Amino acid sequence: MKYEAVIGLEVHAQMLTESKIFCGCSTKFGSEPNTQTCPVCIGMPGVLPVLNKKALESAIKTGLAMNCRISPCSRFARKNYFYPDLPKGYQISQYELPICEYGYIEIVVDGAIKKSGITRIHMEEDAGKNIHESALPKAGGGGNFSFVDLNRAGVPLMEIVSEPDIRSPREAVEYMKKLRNILRYLDVCDGNMEQGSLRCDANVSVRPVGQNELGVKVEIKNINSFRFVEKALDYEIRRQIKVIEGEGKIIQETRLWDSTKGITESMRGKEEAHDYRYFPEPDLVPITVEQQWIDEIKSSLPELPDIKRQRFISEYGLPEYDADLLISERPLADWYEEAVKLGGQPRIVANWIKGELMRLLNEDNMSIEECPLKPKQLVDMLHLIEKGTISGKIAKTIFQEMYIRSKTLKISVYSDVIVRDLGLLQISDTGEVEKVVDDVIANNIKEVERYKGGEEKLIGFFVGQVMKLTKGKANPQMVNELLKKKLSIP
Amino acid sequence: MEVVRCRCLEEDILDLYNLTISEVRDLLDKKEISAKDLVNSIYQRIDVVEEKVKAFITITKDKALKMANDAQKKINLAETQNNLPLLGIPLAIKDNICTKGVRTTCASKILYNFVPPYESTVTSRLIDQGYILVGKTNMDEFGMGSSTENSAFHVTKNPWWLDRIPGGSSGGSAAAVAAGECIAALGSDTGGSIRQPAALCGVVGLKPTYGRISRYGLVAFASSLDQIGSITKDVRDAAIVMNTISGHDACDSTSAPIPVPDFTAVLGKDINGMRIGIPKEYFIEGMDEEVEMSVKEAIKKFELLGAIPVDISLPHTGYAVATYYVLATSEASSNLARYDGVKYGFRAKGKDLMDIYMNTRAQGFGAEVKRRIMLGTYALSSGYYEAYYKKAQQVRTLIKKDFEDAFQKADVIVTPTSPTAAFKIGEKTADPLQMYLSDIFTISVNLAGVPGISIPCGFTSNNLPIGLQLIGKHFDEESILKAAYAYEQVTGWHRRKPGL
Repeated sequence: MKYEAVIGLEVHAQMLTESKIFCGCSTKFGSEPNTQTCPVCIGMPGVLPVLNKKALESAIKTGLAMNCRISPCSRFARKNYFYPDLPKGYQISQYELPICEYGYIEIVVDGAIKKSGITRIHMEEDAGKNIHESALPKAGGGGNFSFVDLNRAGVPLMEIVSEPDIRSPREAVEYMKKLRNILRYLDVCDGNMEQGSLRCDANVSVRPVGQNELGVKVEIKNINSFRFVEKALDYEIRRQIKVIEGEGKIIQETRLWDSTKGITESMRGKEEAHDYRYFPEPDLVPITVEQQWIDEIKSSLPELPDIKRQRFISEYGLPEYDADLLISERPLADWYEEAVKLGGQPRIVANWIKGELMRLLNEDNMSIEECPLKPKQLVDMLHLIEKGTISGKIAKTIFQEMYIRSKTLKISVYSDVIVRDLGLLQISDTGEVEKVVDDVIANNIKEVERYKGGEEKLIGFFVGQVMKLTKGKANPQMVNELLKKKLSIP
Repeated sequence: MEVVRCRCLEEDILDLYNLTISEVRDLLDKKEISAKDLVNSIYQRIDVVEEKVKAFITITKDKALKMANDAQKKINLAETQNNLPLLGIPLAIKDNICTKGVRTTCASKILYNFVPPYESTVTSRLIDQGYILVGKTNMDEFGMGSSTENSAFHVTKNPWWLDRIPGGSSGGSAAAVAAGECIAALGSDTGGSIRQPAALCGVVGLKPTYGRISRYGLVAFASSLDQIGSITKDVRDAAIVMNTISGHDACDSTSAPIPVPDFTAVLGKDINGMRIGIPKEYFIEGMDEEVEMSVKEAIKKFELLGAIPVDISLPHTGYAVATYYVLATSEASSNLARYDGVKYGFRAKGKDLMDIYMNTRAQGFGAEVKRRIMLGTYALSSGYYEAYYKKAQQVRTLIKKDFEDAFQKADVIVTPTSPTAAFKIGEKTADPLQMYLSDIFTISVNLAGVPGISIPCGFTSNNLPIGLQLIGKHFDEESILKAAYAYEQVTGWHRRKPGL
């Protein structure tokens, strides 16, 4: 029997706000434990939360970018459970009335565009972190203590819940990538899965192809990279099919992805599921959002990846592949466009980025944001090629040298400096080139004869010889013309 | 059974501790007395009566003397009268309002050692005025109770009859004001916790509109019902305290961003033509006869002052207590989750995390608090939420609407504050439901979020104070203050003092 998977993703995205969601503490990462805290985020008796407007704005931005309806009136709720990293004994989240609902994003599945539904986006606060002495190297005492760091408690999160529209692990990865790209375009989340600023839980069930009824779903937690999204889902789908084909029953449960073993393991069953006793948060008034504000946010949204892709194709005449690559990261698209605005030929700039620039960055394991080169450096170099000052061939050497020098010196070193330093100026002096051409002809009598005898493709050999002698600096066009003139049968 | 008879003294006492805010203000500004004289008088009084009354959990004498010193400097600097009505005034603060550096226990073992690292908004505003903190007053644990018997520390006695309860949960504040252990006090009121003890101790207790005063720093019992208010010796003092502590606070988004009037401006204004609503549901069988008589007398007094009594109905009154105990306990079950022994307060030993949680909460909370946490946890549980919490919210909406409708016909509503005068210590501890019913007349006011004030309106034959409750529209504390003041001027019940 053929089976299909039904997958829904719950993505937690840490918002890039300066301060926490309900107090003024900094959201800075990596500080000494409990230094980014105040009575509010520590859950002192008597404190009250006050909503950070920036967090609300980020959630609305995200909702608009994902085609959601923004609720004119939404509210917070308390999710009650006990855990040491949860200082109040409840998490302030949204339950019945989330800020955004009924949205979708477009992803490409098997070459076709598919709308993948977003059920809701809601705001909530992050919890702190428990640190167990037994897990600390060389901790004093017998390793019996646990510590709580509340720096992260109260950092604003968005939970983006998808519809169960996803049908394969590959599609789940596409969905995640698209989501991440949008979040990064909006500058509301850095999208770093390894550092936990983007986290993903998945709900998975399988059913025979053609069956309408949904299978029993299993929740998978702790999926913290794109690679694991695919692996964990792959594993879980195969596990479920195996259970069903072995006449077994899938039980509703929460399973944990173990990336070292490459398997999912049962964490808790339905009976042990928490009763979170949600109820409306009485310490916060309902959030009312004026249409005018929504409109303002909408008009200030940056150009989103899908639109940018279309524009790159139509405005710059880029092939789809190039457009996809360039819009995959907003900073990369921005780098590209700046180069084009500075006068670079769109397709040529794209070629340099996807070829040389990406190669160098990949070698250094650097992102475009860390790129030592500025768009202007590339464009200036392209101008040198156009003017004939350097040859296209030698430009690769110049580009790499420019990249290395800019990286090590931490200043922008331009191509003209490198051309001068390395003596790579193109030789366009007719006399000088002619001398070399004459030498080549004089020293390769055999080839000259063969050429004259009709082997015209030998022209490449002569050009190569000239280039070799001039260390690639001779103007290739000029070399070609001179050779043809001199080799032509009188 | 041996009881302590209280003398009822006349108005000729000139001891400073017996004076009101406005009276000592005058003496301080004229420099007839110093802030230190006043503080000394208060602590002398405390030395004499506190052993009997036991109104305080923490007495802050050293801090008070320092604050008096600072206040006096400010008083001396001012040429004439300054703009700080509470400068140099010794006030007692209920022990669920956070005071930076001063232990705040909520009368609970679980917070027996908790010293807040921050100041509540109300006490910050008092500090800005230059008030003097006398001490932190006893209460029912986390505000849960009507007699102050649910304190983990000790039982506070009613200054009028020491074998009786002072009411609760702000029993310590009410008793301290009645006994002259402070000039005035702050309390908090979730279902009657200011008004009921004020009534039972013969003082004035004002619960303002929900949202009028910031709750930042008030340790939460039931967030949607809790409100800070004053317990004072007369109505003018209530208005004076309100002027200082009212108004929007950026730290409390449920505090209303609406302007605060000068509440003293309405005092002395005519109440001729004011419509006094008398809800038929509040004059029920089982009410103490003497209480009923006093309240009816009071209504007559209002008539003599030119007010017009009108019969009104608050039809959902019968559901108020049940509604309250679903909503308040639900919120409490969540609000009290933070007391887990991890971050501050009491922590019991245990073999693992769950064990520490269970032991800490089992040993740290008293019986009534645990009862309410369990009730609330149950009401919020999946499968019961719709039937309890949600239903109670719907009834709450109806109760609110009752008041809106009633206020179409009436400007203020008059009711007894409590169905009986102070009962004996231990009398109702075995029967929580009986205890819950002592708030039957005050609870609806919190559910509706409207303001209410309790003022003395007489005494029972065995000399126990009786309270009259005036209820106003949302954010119309002025009408109830105006009416209460007018009544106070032609009576004088508030000037009677317990003989301790």
